[in-house]
Order: sequence, then structure tokens, then C-alpha cells
Amino acid sequence: MGQVKPAEAFREAALAALIALLLAIPLVGFRLVDGLRGLSIETRFDWVAWGVSAVFFGRLAIALSGTRRRLLPDLKSVGAALSNLPGGLSRFAGGAMLVGALLLPLVPFADRYVVEIAITVLIYVMLGWGLNIVVGLAGLLDLGYVAFYAVGAYSYALLSINFGWSFWLCLPVAGLLAAAFGVMLGFPVLRLRGDYLAIVTLGFGEMIRIILLNWKDFSGGPNGISSIPRPDFFGFPFARTAEDGQTTFHQLFGLEFSPMHRIVFLYYLILILAMLTNLFTLRMRRLPLGRAWEALREDEIACRALGINPTMIKLSAFALGAMFGGFAGAFFATRQGFISPESFSFIESAVILAIVVLGGMGSQIGVVIAAAFLILVPEFLRDFSQYRMVLFGMAMVLIMLWRPQGLVAHRSPSARLGGRA
Amino acid sequence: MEYLVQQLINGLTLGAIYGLIAIGYTMVYGIIGMINFAHGEVYMIGAFISIIAFTILGPFGFASPIVAIIIVLAVALIFTSVYGWAIERIAYRPLRGSFRLAPLISAIGVSIFLQNYVHMLQGAKMKPIQPVVRGGFVLAQEGTFVVQITYLQIGIIVATVALMAGFTYLIQRTSLGRAQRACEQDRKMAALLGVDVDRTISLTFVMGAALAAVAGLIFTLYYGAVDFFIGFLAGLKAFTAAVLGGIGSLPGAMLGGLLIGLIEAFWSAYFPIAYKDVAVFGILVVVLIFRPTGLLGRPDIEKV
Repeated sequence: MGQVKPAEAFREAALAALIALLLAIPLVGFRLVDGLRGLSIETRFDWVAWGVSAVFFGRLAIALSGTRRRLLPDLKSVGAALSNLPGGLSRFAGGAMLVGALLLPLVPFADRYVVEIAITVLIYVMLGWGLNIVVGLAGLLDLGYVAFYAVGAYSYALLSINFGWSFWLCLPVAGLLAAAFGVMLGFPVLRLRGDYLAIVTLGFGEMIRIILLNWKDFSGGPNGISSIPRPDFFGFPFARTAEDGQTTFHQLFGLEFSPMHRIVFLYYLILILAMLTNLFTLRMRRLPLGRAWEALREDEIACRALGINPTMIKLSAFALGAMFGGFAGAFFATRQGFISPESFSFIESAVILAIVVLGGMGSQIGVVIAAAFLILVPEFLRDFSQYRMVLFGMAMVLIMLWRPQGLVAHRSPSARLGGRA
Repeated sequence: MEYLVQQLINGLTLGAIYGLIAIGYTMVYGIIGMINFAHGEVYMIGAFISIIAFTILGPFGFASPIVAIIIVLAVALIFTSVYGWAIERIAYRPLRGSFRLAPLISAIGVSIFLQNYVHMLQGAKMKPIQPVVRGGFVLAQEGTFVVQITYLQIGIIVATVALMAGFTYLIQRTSLGRAQRACEQDRKMAALLGVDVDRTISLTFVMGAALAAVAGLIFTLYYGAVDFFIGFLAGLKAFTAAVLGGIGSLPGAMLGGLLIGLIEAFWSAYFPIAYKDVAVFGILVVVLIFRPTGLLGRPDIEKV
């Protein structure tokens, strides 16, 4: 690319500014104000002027310096380097992350706040890995994953409150129930082509939420369920004083009581659950079923020709993905102690899907990076709470534009002819 | 019986709104095979621009509401179309040709952005306006129950039918429509034969946004209140309508919209209203089990 002519740059900048002006006038320029006598209008043309001039000069600067062409390849090569890591190095990175995660609660700066955020990130990592089975490996677009998360959370909450079941008993039950819901939904709809499946799963997610919101006797409606039992350390509760006949956790180990014990315990619990999901996925990819998922993602017709039953294979991916969502849901319920349908809205599904896609479909490490990014960015922006979600949406678009194939692109099948497995 | 007729009228009106939004989904899907998640927000922006325009016009006090509506319509069409164009240009065009889910995630990002952008700029509270069009015809009366079709409902149904007719003409008879159908079938071939693909796709988004603006204006007039969250559910249902009718098919989108409007109206009348959305999605699932490509969709042949 040669030097950009100033006149041309000026014209481009003027055009961008005109578009910005048209976009800004109606919604930025005028503000509806509620008054006693209906609505009235307030104008904010100074904002429009600032915005439009920012766009004009920004576009002019980009066009004149020609950086757009130079900057992007640089950034791209960073990402490419990430995805081209040799197998050993990427395994090393994964191992380093795991060690870091194991040691996190022990480092001095890890106060309650840090560990709580780490727990949230790990929940999303686990959800991302669970959804990765469905979207990344089997190639099925699921926009209602949060429904299974909700099923898991409500299963634990209701079973433990109504029947007094312990967390350890509820956890597998919650997973099984979520998997059963996955089969129930999947059975009729998995014949559908990709995008039809997407809308049905989206509708299913909304259905679950609406039912939870309205079936008050069952789920408490919009008020949700509160005082859900906290988990105990295999029968030893995390409490300052034990109820009669019980030993508390700190008594068992002869420690000083600290509320941090429970948080650290929760942290390791979700770390173990997430790592189980990860190990499961990695093992599945080497089994015939996992290979069939990937084969189905690449070419359904070829699979049918080879005698693979697509419905059963898809159903298994759906059910297993749902099961991990259910586990994560049960953990979420016990961690929060309170759940309501609000926690299971479509935006959650969208965030989880974004984690999978931004991470690079099918990449396990990519999911970790993307989950950390998408959870930490809103957390750091907490001070700008008003602009938080605006910036979040913008970041999603920008990352997609920067790396459409995901942060760590990893679409290569686990097995290939004449190559390494 | 009277009650049923009333619900039929209400359902048709609601269905017209869904149908108009659904066309935007179905056109975009037809031409680039992408679920434009941000379309519901475009509709919400159309509704906001309408209500802002009405509030600005308010003090001038137009003699006839029709003049006011036409001015607001023009304003909403122009500005909403710019939004539709800009979204495609900024967030989708650079991703054309990359893998299938990339534009979808980008669209979800745009949707989150637009929702919170309007929230931030206009506040979270519901914005009510005075009814612009009042009155209607009484069709039948039984005891105290009056079956009524308001002037507004007549206007909505007439406008929707007119738009549909205009649209069918546009797609079937004009060169733009021909270019669109060509891009739908084979974009590369169309480009080789001299169709400006970028321009055609941009115009598709502009048209979709324009129809969403009309739907937004209708919503403002009919319900009289707007907030930043209306786009999500309406978009979801309109997309359901597009799928129900067979995505990619324009008459299908309209049919799906009408069906969903009617289901909602009748369900609300005879069953617990809180579950009306469950009924809508339930019917979608049932229809898709028996007709996997929707009511009017062409079964597509898979090729190796």
C-alpha cells in the first residue's frame, strides 16, 4: 500500500463522521425526560458534537497514518503464535495454569475478594468446557445451555431443602437430571439442521426460565429459593460452633475458625469439578464416541455413510454437555445460597457461548483464557458500572473482528490419516 | 363467540408486528445464512426514535394525527435504516467468509451493546406517551361486552398488507430483488455476473431495518410505552416466527408472525397468561418435529 492521499483520507473521515452524526442525533442528541405531565425532551447536542468530531479525527488519523494495515497483522501474528504452540508447549502452559490455580488461595494477596472472583471464573470455565462438548466437538449450536445450569441449580436447592439431601448426594442427581432434560429436549429436535436447533434450544432456555418464574409453589417464582444449605467438608460443617454431636471443620483440624475456610474449600471444589470436565473431554476425544462427535461436526453425510447413527451421537453429546452444566448449577446454588430465575437468563447462555467461540471452538485452554477475560473485564469495569455492559458488548464485537477463529484456534480433528493422533 | 372475534382482531394486530420484524430476520438469513441477533434491538431503536419524534412534534400540535404519524414514520425509517446499515458495515461485513459462528457472536455483542447503549442514554424507565389515534368501530355487542376494532388496528393491518404487497413486488419484479435472489442462491456467481454483492447485502439490512422501524412505530402507537428491553423478547418471537414459517421465505415469515400473534392472543384469553411464551415455543417445537424446515420452507437437499 502506498501513501494515502490526504484528500482521500479527508473524504473517508467526513463520511464516517456523517454516519456517526446520523447515528447519534436521534438517541444521543435527544433525551426523553419523564415529567409530571408526560414526557418532555432535553437536548444534548454537545455530546453529539464531541462524538462526531472524535469519529472524524480518529478516522482521519487512521487513514493518514495507514496504521490499520500495519497494526492488525502484528496483532494477528500474536494470536497465530498462540494457536501454533507445539503440543508440548501448550501442555506446559496448561500445566502451569493448573499449578497456578492450585496455589492461588495460598499466595499472600489472595484475599476473600480475589478467591471469590476466581470461583466465578472457574464456574464459567466449567460451563465453557461443558458447552464445548456440544458446540466445539459435536458442532451443535446450543443457545439455551443455561437451562441445564438452571436445572442443576434448582435440583440441588429443592432436594436439599425439601429432603435434606447432602451436597454430595445431590451433585450426581443434579447432573443426571440435567442430562435427562438434555435427552428430553434433544430427542425430538436433533434431527433439525444447525440453525433450527439453535432457535429451539433458545426457546427451551426461555421456557425453563418462564416456568421457574411462574410456578411459584415449586420454585418460589421471582423470589427464588433462599437459605440453600452450604456444603460441608464431607460431613464436617464450616461453622463457628457445631450443633450438638457435630464436629466443625476447624475443630477437626485444630485450626482457628475463619470464614475463609469455606471459600477456599469452594474454590478447590469447583477447581476439581472443572478439571474433571476437562479430563473427561480430553479422554472422550480419544474414544470412538468422541471421534464420532468430531467426525459428525466435519461431515454428517460421510458419517452416515460409515454407519454412524447421527441422532444417537448428537444426543450423547447433548446429554453429557447438559450433565456438566447440571454439576456447575448445583455448585452455583450451594455457593450462592440463593438462586432465582434472574441468574438464568439468555444473556448467560450468550456469555457461555461467547466463551466457547472466543476461546476457539474445541480448544480447552482457549476456554480458560476467554472465560477469564469475559468475567474479569466487567469486574474491572465495576467502577464504570453504567458503561460496563456497553463496553462488554463492544469488546465482544472487537475480539470477533480481530480474531474470528477464536483466541486459540483449534479446529483440527483429534485424529487424522497418516498423522499423529 | 364475540370474545373469540375480539381475540382474533388482537392476535392479527400482534401478528402483524411480529411478521414485520420476522421479514428482517428471514431476508438476512436467506442472503448470508446468519441469524442477525441484533435485529430485535434495531426494532427497539425504531420504537425509541418514534417516541422521541412524537415527543418533539407534540408541542406543534398537528391538526390530524395522520400527518404526525407520516412525519414520524419518515424520521424513524431514515434513522433506523442508518443503524441497520452501520451494524452490517461495522460488525458483520469484516466477518463474511469466516466460520459460521463468528458473525453470530458478533451479533450477540451488537445486541448487548445496543440494549445498554439505549439504557445508558435514555434511562431504564418505561416511557409512556398519550394515545395518538383514538376511537374505533363497534362490530358487535353482547351484554356489556363490546367487540371493537380500533382505527389503529385497521391502520396496522392495512399498512402491513400494503407493505407485504410492496415487498413481494420489490423481490419479484425489480432489479434489486433479482440481485438479492441471485446472491441468495450463489454469491460468487452473482458477483461474477456483475451483481454488486456488498451493496445488495447492505440494502438487505437497510430494508430489514426499515421494516423493523415500521414495527417499532406500530408498537409505540399500539402499546403507548417503550423501554430499552422490548427488543429482546420481540426479536426472539419474531425469529421464532421466521423459523416457524420456514426461514428464508418471505410469505413464511408473515405467516409465522400471524400464527404466533394469534397463538399468543388466544392463549392469553383462555389459559394462564404467564405461560403464553411457553406455548409459543412449544408450538414451534411441535411444528419443527413434523416439518423440520418450517411451514413454507423448502426442504434443502444436502450435497456432499
